[in-house]
Amino acid sequence: MNSTRITEKNTSELVRKGLKRRYRAERRFRFMGIAALCISVLFLVILFGSIISKGYSAFFQWKVRLNVFVDPARMDVDNLASADYAGAVKAALRREFPEIRKRREKRLLYRIVSIGASYQLRDMVMRDSSIIGSTVSFWAPLDDDVDIYLKGAYGKGSGRLKPLQVRIIEKFRQEGRIKKVFNTTFFTAGDSRDPELAGIRGAVTGSFYTLLVTLLLSFPIGVAAAVYLEEFARPGRWSDIIEVNINNLAAVPSIIFGLLGLAIFLNLFGLPRSSTLVGGLVLTLMTLPTIIIASRAALKSVPPSIREAALGVGASRMQTVFHHVLPLALPGMLTGTIIGMAQALGETAPLPMIGMVAFVADIPHGMTDPSAVLPVQIYLWADSPERAFVEKTSGAIMVLLAFLMAMNGTAVYLRKKFERKW
Amino acid sequence: MTSTQLFITVALLACAGFFLGKKRAAIMRDSSGSHSSPGIRPHSTPVYYGFWVSLWAVIPALLVFVCEFVLKRFGHVPFSFRAGVAWEAVAVTSGIVCVIIAWLRLRPETRARNHIETGMNFLFMACATIAIFTTLGIVLSVIFESIRFFKVIPVQEFLFGLKWSPQVAIRPDQVGSTGAFGSVPVLAGTFLISFIAMAVAAPLGLMSAIYLSEYAGSRLRAWAKPCLEILAGIPTVVYGFFAALVVAPQVKAAGEILGLQVSSESALAAGLVMGIMIIPLVSSLSDDVISAVPQAMRDGSYALGATKAETIKNVVIPAALPGIVGGLLLAVSRAVGETMIVVMAAGLSANLTMNPLKAVTTVTVQIVTLLTGDQEFDSPKTLAAFALGLLLFILTLLMNIIALKIVRKYREQYE
Repeated sequence: MNSTRITEKNTSELVRKGLKRRYRAERRFRFMGIAALCISVLFLVILFGSIISKGYSAFFQWKVRLNVFVDPARMDVDNLASADYAGAVKAALRREFPEIRKRREKRLLYRIVSIGASYQLRDMVMRDSSIIGSTVSFWAPLDDDVDIYLKGAYGKGSGRLKPLQVRIIEKFRQEGRIKKVFNTTFFTAGDSRDPELAGIRGAVTGSFYTLLVTLLLSFPIGVAAAVYLEEFARPGRWSDIIEVNINNLAAVPSIIFGLLGLAIFLNLFGLPRSSTLVGGLVLTLMTLPTIIIASRAALKSVPPSIREAALGVGASRMQTVFHHVLPLALPGMLTGTIIGMAQALGETAPLPMIGMVAFVADIPHGMTDPSAVLPVQIYLWADSPERAFVEKTSGAIMVLLAFLMAMNGTAVYLRKKFERKW
Repeated sequence: MTSTQLFITVALLACAGFFLGKKRAAIMRDSSGSHSSPGIRPHSTPVYYGFWVSLWAVIPALLVFVCEFVLKRFGHVPFSFRAGVAWEAVAVTSGIVCVIIAWLRLRPETRARNHIETGMNFLFMACATIAIFTTLGIVLSVIFESIRFFKVIPVQEFLFGLKWSPQVAIRPDQVGSTGAFGSVPVLAGTFLISFIAMAVAAPLGLMSAIYLSEYAGSRLRAWAKPCLEILAGIPTVVYGFFAALVVAPQVKAAGEILGLQVSSESALAAGLVMGIMIIPLVSSLSDDVISAVPQAMRDGSYALGATKAETIKNVVIPAALPGIVGGLLLAVSRAVGETMIVVMAAGLSANLTMNPLKAVTTVTVQIVTLLTGDQEFDSPKTLAAFALGLLLFILTLLMNIIALKIVRKYREQYE
């Protein structure tokens, strides 16, 4: 009796003694948890911050006002497309700076204005040939090195620019002949070797066609497969095999699907390389598991009483599914499909295997045209040595992320709007 | 006639068949009740007869298309069909003939709805089996090329060789590049980067999951979970860019401050960023299993006077451990198969090293570099990519199967 009281006292004494240490441990543990969460979120912030800070300038561009004399001697009226427009632009620059005489210096002078200036001049002459013989004044894009110098990416230094070039640019600036404008080229042009002329339109169009193929194939097939597995398949070995397959396919590395595309679609079926059709087919196989799993979940959430009521009034099983179950499950299926499409839009790994890393300057016009897609364009630009491509890459990433956020946002909105508790 | 035109023609034919069949069935139905012509009432509603007839436009075209494709790809085309037009003509004519026959043979007793529903059932089943065919396609395409590869390079050399340099001499007299296909350094690089990634993702993901499911209030959860989901939704190419242009230079600079020689394509940078990518996967999977631990177990622990942290460490985590391990295994499999981050931020040369500051290469990087550019399906260089693919497929499949089994088994325990 006495001894137990003593141990009781000792125990509570012991507990009390240890309490401080244990509460400290508790706080430490708690702090570790919140620190882990904060670090994860911090990574997100750093990621977005670095991409936006590098990429926002891609949406702007510096241009210079050129006064070019469209020399009739250079223009062959019968063959306007291949006249010497670059020569006309160079002559205009020479006239502005008559003091520059040395060949090497002249070359530096020419390099200030982008080759895009002569394309622009060509388009103007082709549109209206009456300007031949007169002097035209237009805003021309500057070379990529000049552009990033003006954007201040070099800080106080002049980067790859020579002092002479900096002097020329500053003279233009004093005359008010350069200005910063919204970079429409970035959205209207295809890929180019020259960063100042490169745009994402080709890649966005390619992504659009690829996603179109993916959507047209994976949505009906995915919904049909889900309906079969949920509503018609008898439980047994066969449906087990299918289910295990779907679950495993969802976890197979995406690059393996590229090998499949190369071996089956390109080598066996002989479909065109680099085309959006093959890209779409590969992405279809990749997104199918996502869509099937989401669609099955949507079908499962429709209560059995709906089916029983329909069957009770004499509908066939197919009629029950089509008239009653599918309409109720459709919002969930759509949500899953949008999420699957967002995955497909951001997927890159399988595409190099089917040739989708080729340099394609043209904007694709169909599903069999060679094309890049947005993530592949990002990969290609990220690999380019020109410094100006860094901001283009970040800009393209921002566009890609905007698309993804819009898609996922729509999915969340749809889920919220059509969510139904039975 | 292009395939698009053929498609449109068949679609038009199917439409025509639909309306013809529907019309005929509607006439049959309307006349069945009247006294002047006492026929039998059609078995199904007119719509089904319409579909039934239009089906007969599509089936022959589909059959002809499949025949044409198989013959053109795998056999010799019969001489009379050499001309491109013949196939389309056959498809369209047989379609027209079939539609007319079906239309003429339409009787009130035809059980159109049952036919259509059986057909739909088969179609649905075919869609579901695509998953099986995909798996089969992956296995076959990888295995066939791998067998060709192993005919040139012995299996044991591939599995246990310590040197990887897939550049094969173009001319036989060329010096130096004989090509070596030992996968050990490539695998070692893969696991080094995956290990670094897991060293980042496992503690951060697990602790975030614990905090979110055990400590955080509903408001913080509502705010933090979507943040992690955004992290999961960012395309890997973006992570690759981040790794190559932001993290790698920082790691290099930090190493130089400490007086270390850091490669600009170090395994550390790629692994770090891959770890960030995997955090949401680890945290969402562990969150699921931690939430599945019954509240009664926690209450029991609290009743004995344990603090929250003690309860989590001694009761919740041990109870959730199998599920957590399964989740981590899934994350490793994801890291091993990850491509874009390592393609953009890791190196190309296969160094057999455990030093995270050096450049290493991975299985996925090698597959991409071997298969972009010129492919020659008779050189071991191209075929090696498929052998690596087979290795990667088997590795990830094993990890996934084990992980899914553990997770599922564990889930059943508490349900």
